[in-house]
Amino acid sequence: MLHFRTLFVVAGFIACLALSIAGCGSGAEPSPAKQNDATTVRVFTVNYPLMYFAERLGGEHVEVEFPVPEGEDPKFWSPAPETISDYQNADLILLNGADYAQWVRRVTLPESRLIDTSRSSRDRYIMIEGGRKHSHGSGGEHSHQGIAATTWLDPDLAIAQADSIRRALTKLRPDGEDVFRDNFEALKSDLEALDNKLKAATQGLAGQPIVCSHPVFQYLARKYKLQSRTVHWEPGAAPTEDAWLELDQLLKSHPAKWMIWEAQPLAESVSRLSSMGVESTVVETCANRPKLGNWLDVMQRNADELARSN
Amino acid sequence: MNDVIYLAWRHLAYHKLKTIVLTASMAAIVYLPLGLNILLNRTAIELRTRATATPLLVGLKGSPTELVLRALYFESDSPEPMAYGQVERIAESELATAIPIHSRFETRYGPIIGTTLEYFQFRELEIADGRQLTMLGECVVGCEAAEAGSLSPGDYVVSSTDNLFDIAGVYPLKMKVVGVLRPSDSPDDRAVFVDVKTAWIIEGLGHGHQDLSRPGAAERVLRKSGDTIVANASVVKYNEITPENVDSFHFHGSQADFPLTAIIAAPKNHKSSVLLQGRFLGDEERVQIVRPAIVIDKLLGTVFSVGRYASAAAVLVALSTLATMALVFVLSLQLRRRELETMAKIGGAPLRIATILGAEIVGVLGLGALLAVLLALATSSFGATAARLLIQLS
Repeated sequence: MLHFRTLFVVAGFIACLALSIAGCGSGAEPSPAKQNDATTVRVFTVNYPLMYFAERLGGEHVEVEFPVPEGEDPKFWSPAPETISDYQNADLILLNGADYAQWVRRVTLPESRLIDTSRSSRDRYIMIEGGRKHSHGSGGEHSHQGIAATTWLDPDLAIAQADSIRRALTKLRPDGEDVFRDNFEALKSDLEALDNKLKAATQGLAGQPIVCSHPVFQYLARKYKLQSRTVHWEPGAAPTEDAWLELDQLLKSHPAKWMIWEAQPLAESVSRLSSMGVESTVVETCANRPKLGNWLDVMQRNADELARSN
Repeated sequence: MNDVIYLAWRHLAYHKLKTIVLTASMAAIVYLPLGLNILLNRTAIELRTRATATPLLVGLKGSPTELVLRALYFESDSPEPMAYGQVERIAESELATAIPIHSRFETRYGPIIGTTLEYFQFRELEIADGRQLTMLGECVVGCEAAEAGSLSPGDYVVSSTDNLFDIAGVYPLKMKVVGVLRPSDSPDDRAVFVDVKTAWIIEGLGHGHQDLSRPGAAERVLRKSGDTIVANASVVKYNEITPENVDSFHFHGSQADFPLTAIIAAPKNHKSSVLLQGRFLGDEERVQIVRPAIVIDKLLGTVFSVGRYASAAAVLVALSTLATMALVFVLSLQLRRRELETMAKIGGAPLRIATILGAEIVGVLGLGALLAVLLALATSSFGATAARLLIQLS
C-alpha cells in the first residue's frame, strides 16, 4: 500500500503546485502617476533678465531659481550634475533662445518644460558674421557661426520674451491668468517707458559711428540705429598695442566718437581713448544679477549713461 | 473501490513505458490547442497593453506595423527616419506632448533608444539604482539589459557600429551607465536609454574633437583661411563624452532636420487627439499618424486567423492520436486476453474486471489531462515572458 499512498501524496503535491503556479501574477501593478500638488510654479532660468521677468509676472505664484553664481557669465556657464537635476525637477525652464547658454544642448532636460522665450521673434535674430569654420576628414567644411544672444537689450524683444513667459505660466496655472496678465501689462508698460527713455538717450548717437568693446550690443544697436563696429576688448584688461593699432585702423574708416563698454573699463583705457577723441560709456547687459538694484534699474542706468552722448 | 484503483494503478505502474507514452499522448492532445490558445492570448495581451498605453504614434509614411513594432517593441527593421521638426510641430500645436524615439542602434545588451525625459514619465519607468540622465554620453539601462551585461552605475556600454565594413561611417560611442531601471515587464526592460542628442552623436551628426585653433593641433591643420581652419583626417575625435570634453561636442546642421524613428504623441484629451490626427491627414503629408491599438488589432487579427488554422490542425492531430490510443487499448486487451480469463476464473465478476480496465483507461486519460493542465498553467504563468520572447523572435 506504500505505493498507493505515494500516489495520493504526489497528486496532492501536483495540486498544490498547480495552485501556486496559478497564483503567480504576471507582474507588479504599475505605480500610479505622480501627482504634482505643488501650489507654486517652480521656475528655473538661464539668465537674470528672464528671472526678473518671471518674478514680475508670476508674483507669489512662482518660485524662481537662477543658479548661476555671481560674477559668472551665464552664457558660458555650465552646471554641475546636481544642478542639472534641479533643472530637471522644475515646472518650467526658461531659455533665452538665440543660442544662449549652449550648455542646454549638452545636457538632458525635460523638453516639454523648456520654454524658448525668444522663439516667436526668431525672424528678428541677428547672425554673427565671421564665425569660426573648420573641416576635417571626409565631413567637409562646417561652420560655428552663431546668433547674437542678448535679445533683452531690445525692449520690443524683451516684451515678446515676457509674453512667452506669461503664456507658459498661464498654461501651467490657468487660475492665475488674470494676475499674470495684469503683471504683464505693468511690465510691458515699464519696458515701453524704458524704450522711450533709450530712444531719447540715443538720439545723439543715432546714425553716428560708434565702437562696442564686445559683440553683445547687436540688438541695442539695431533698435536705436547705432552704426556700431566691434572690437574684442575686455573691460578689466589693458588692450595690447596690437589692439590699439587695430582700433586706430578702424577709426580711419569708422570715425567713432564713443565706445560702449559692457562693464566699467580701466581708467588708463578711458584716458587713452579720450586722447584719441573717443569717449567711453558703460551699458551693462545685466545677464547676471546686478550688485545694485534689479534688471530694470540697470537698464535705466544704461539709458542715463547713453544720455551723456547727447 | 480502493482495490479496483489499486489494481489499475499497479498495472499502469508495472507497464511504465506504455503508461508514459499514453499519458504523454493524452497530454499533448489536450495541451497543444490549449497552450497555443493561451500563448496567443498572452501575446495579444502583451502587444495590446503596450499599444493601448500609447495613444498616437507619428512616423514617416510607410508600413504602420513596422513603425509600431519598432517604436513600441524595439523590434522589426528600423523604418525610414523622419525629421525632428515634427516634434516641434506637435509641441507648437499644444494638442499633445511629443516624445521622440530614435531606435536605430544596438549595444551587446539591448537596443539603444534615444528619447527625452518625458518618455520615462510617460511609461512610468523608475530608477532602481543610480540616477537619471543628465549629460550627453550617459545611458540608463533596463533591468534585463543590466542583468545581461552585469551592468551597474559606473559601468560602460559601447554602441555597435552600423555596418562592419563602413569604417568611415558611424563611430562606436562609449557610454557611461548612470542608472538602472526597475523591472516594468515591458520591452523597456531590455533597452539602453540615452538622450536623443546622444543618439544623434552616435549617428555622426554631432561630434567632439580637439580644438583646432590650439597650438597642439597645428600638425593636423592643412590650412587656415580667415576664420576657416581645414584639418586633415587625423584630427582626434572623442569616442567617449566626459565632463572634460563635453564642451567640445557640437552638432552640424539644423536640429529640426535631425532623424527620428517615431514620435509618441500623448494628447491632452479626446478632442486634442482627433484634432491632431486631422492635421496629419493631407495627401501631401510625408508623415503618418497611427493609433497603435488599431495597428496591433489588425496584426493580431491576422495572427489569430493563422492561430485558428493551427488549432484546427491540432484538433485533427488530436482526433487521429485518440484513434491511435483507442487502437492501443484494443490491442492491449487482445494481448491481455489470458490475464482477463485468469481474473474471471479466480472469481472476478465481469463488471469488476471491466471496472478495473476502465480505471486504467481513466487513469491514463486523467494523468494526461492533469499534465496538460499543469503545462497550460505554466504557460499562462510564464506566458508573458514567452510572449515577449516570441515578439522578439518574430
